[in-house]
Amino acid sequence: MLKINNLHASVEDKEILKGINLEVKAGEVHAIMGPNGSGKSTLASVIAGKEEYEQTEGEIIFDNEEISELEAEERAHKGLFLSFQYPVEIPGVSVTNFMKTAINENRKAKGLEDMPAKDMLKMIREKSELLDMDRKFLSRSLNEGFSGGEKKRNEIFQMAMLEPKLAILDETDSGLDIDALRIVSNGVNKLKTKDNAVLVITHYQRLLDYIVPDYVHVLLNGKIVKSGGKELAHKLEEHGYDWIKEELKAV
Amino acid sequence: MELKDKLISSFFAFEENVDVNSDIHNIRSAAMKNFESLGFPSKKEEDWKYTSLNSVLKEDYSIFPKKEDAIDYKDVKKYFIHDIDTYTVVFIDGIYSSHLSNTTHDKIDVCLMSSALTKDKYKPIIDNYFNKIAPATSLNSLNTAFSKEGAFINIPKNTLADKPIQILNFSTGNESALMLQPRNLVIVGENSHVQIIERHQSLTENSVFTNSVTEIYAEKRAMVDYYKIQNDHSSASLIDSTYVDQKGESNCSVHTFSFGGKITRNNLQFFQNGERIDSTMKGVTIIEDKQHVDHNTLVHHIEPNCESHQDYKGIFDDKAVGVFNGKVLVEKEAQKTNAFQSNNNILISDKATINSKPQLEIFADDVKCSHGCTIGQLDEDALFYMKSRGIPAKEARALLMYAFANNVLESVKIPELQKRINKLIANKLNVNLGFDL
Repeated sequence: MLKINNLHASVEDKEILKGINLEVKAGEVHAIMGPNGSGKSTLASVIAGKEEYEQTEGEIIFDNEEISELEAEERAHKGLFLSFQYPVEIPGVSVTNFMKTAINENRKAKGLEDMPAKDMLKMIREKSELLDMDRKFLSRSLNEGFSGGEKKRNEIFQMAMLEPKLAILDETDSGLDIDALRIVSNGVNKLKTKDNAVLVITHYQRLLDYIVPDYVHVLLNGKIVKSGGKELAHKLEEHGYDWIKEELKAV
Repeated sequence: MELKDKLISSFFAFEENVDVNSDIHNIRSAAMKNFESLGFPSKKEEDWKYTSLNSVLKEDYSIFPKKEDAIDYKDVKKYFIHDIDTYTVVFIDGIYSSHLSNTTHDKIDVCLMSSALTKDKYKPIIDNYFNKIAPATSLNSLNTAFSKEGAFINIPKNTLADKPIQILNFSTGNESALMLQPRNLVIVGENSHVQIIERHQSLTENSVFTNSVTEIYAEKRAMVDYYKIQNDHSSASLIDSTYVDQKGESNCSVHTFSFGGKITRNNLQFFQNGERIDSTMKGVTIIEDKQHVDHNTLVHHIEPNCESHQDYKGIFDDKAVGVFNGKVLVEKEAQKTNAFQSNNNILISDKATINSKPQLEIFADDVKCSHGCTIGQLDEDALFYMKSRGIPAKEARALLMYAFANNVLESVKIPELQKRINKLIANKLNVNLGFDL
């Protein structure tokens, strides 16, 4: 589903990603772990198509298409979704109206008519229940004054609405208390099917107790230096990243 | 002939058609003298520093349109808020159109300045209220000199106007260039309530220069909500001067929606003559090309315990120019004043300009006054966030602009009008946002 080959990316001429290789297949959950500054969020942003990041080398193949040259919205139309680490506050646009716009723009890109209002409301109701969201929440301005937990829940709500093929969750656990973490991961797990995939980007192993990965990759200094199963996450939680650095030095 | 000279000589012709022995005419003659000595404002004056009328004044305007011109309602229906019942006062090239209007004298007067200025029964009202608060600036004096027609709205005390009132000024383009000088007077008695919508609309690309003056008097505990829709052709210029005199515990708001026109200048002044008065002025300006919108506001806090709220939002594209000059004057006696002012602007293009100048003059010591002014671009992070949800750049921009202007719209109290303005904004931004604006 997603194949990244030798991906290099820089921001303001500073190289941050230095040759990433990664393959995510349908039905899989991958986790990317790494210390602060290792390039985790940059990787998420580059895949999603953020313009400030310049992809200097390599390719990103999504659903058999090289997407490096596509705009962020075109990537979204193909079924890519990024759950933001810091969702942006947009005063004056309600969650519902934002979602209506997003859904209908995605439909337009596929040559479909706007979703009938009745169906839209039904879908919004179903998906908001999945995330245990209050109805009042939906009429509030997007992310404005939301708590950390509410913001993340709202991200996953959007994911539920848009039904992406690949969801990248960037530090979705940061700012969440244990109840919110449970609700959010429960939502992600319910949305998981054999036809879609999830890429979890996280600093801590905590989230991976709830969203269990098939593969764990360690990102250090812009490169994936180690990959393994979910037990790798536990090892990192216990021992930190230093042992990997030592291993690398030894090589 | 220069426009000023033409106006001076036209005044003699004007006098042939009005009663020159009336009190009103003394006011007109004095105003004409004042205009003669002042002339049109120039950029040398502080208040006109950022707005030049030169390009407007150089046209050869007809001062008196030749004849009343009938327009079919179906051709102009779209300019009315037509999905609700309203009183309407409609002028075509400055002349009252009875077939498009729906006036009344039942409990309230919604009628014509021409009757108010000439009929004996209105004389006490005219003596009391006409030309009492509009300062004798050159443009106001010019309007006063030629004052003859406009809307006259008189709501007696303890009366709720049963439906909103629309004032529409159409220009047909039958003249290659036309100057209009409507004069409105609105008197709202104690405990009374009225909602008014005003619009100036040219129907062709021929030049129109409208110099409009409106005086509004809100007696004790009166409520007045006034909405101005400015969405004209880029050949139409408008000077809208509106003055509001408020007595104790009255509550007045003026919303100005400026979406188009060549040069639009809004002079809006509130005078608080009483305690516990609330004055609100809000505006949304969305313009492009070489359009120019200038908001020049004043709130004069004269007595204690009053509030004023100013909230102006502007979005400027291409080479559009915006001006905001907002003055808050708090007299020494006006203790416990709460005065808020904000002016937020977004520049879409690097060639667009906004000149924002808040002016606070505070002579009382126990007051709460705040002002804020921002000039920015659309938030790139917000744009990326929207794009990552599949919303293309153009729609994302429009949604952000809509959101930016939205809180001003929320305070529009007539739902159908709110819907209409939402629609105007959507059209203006040229998007379908997938939900009912």
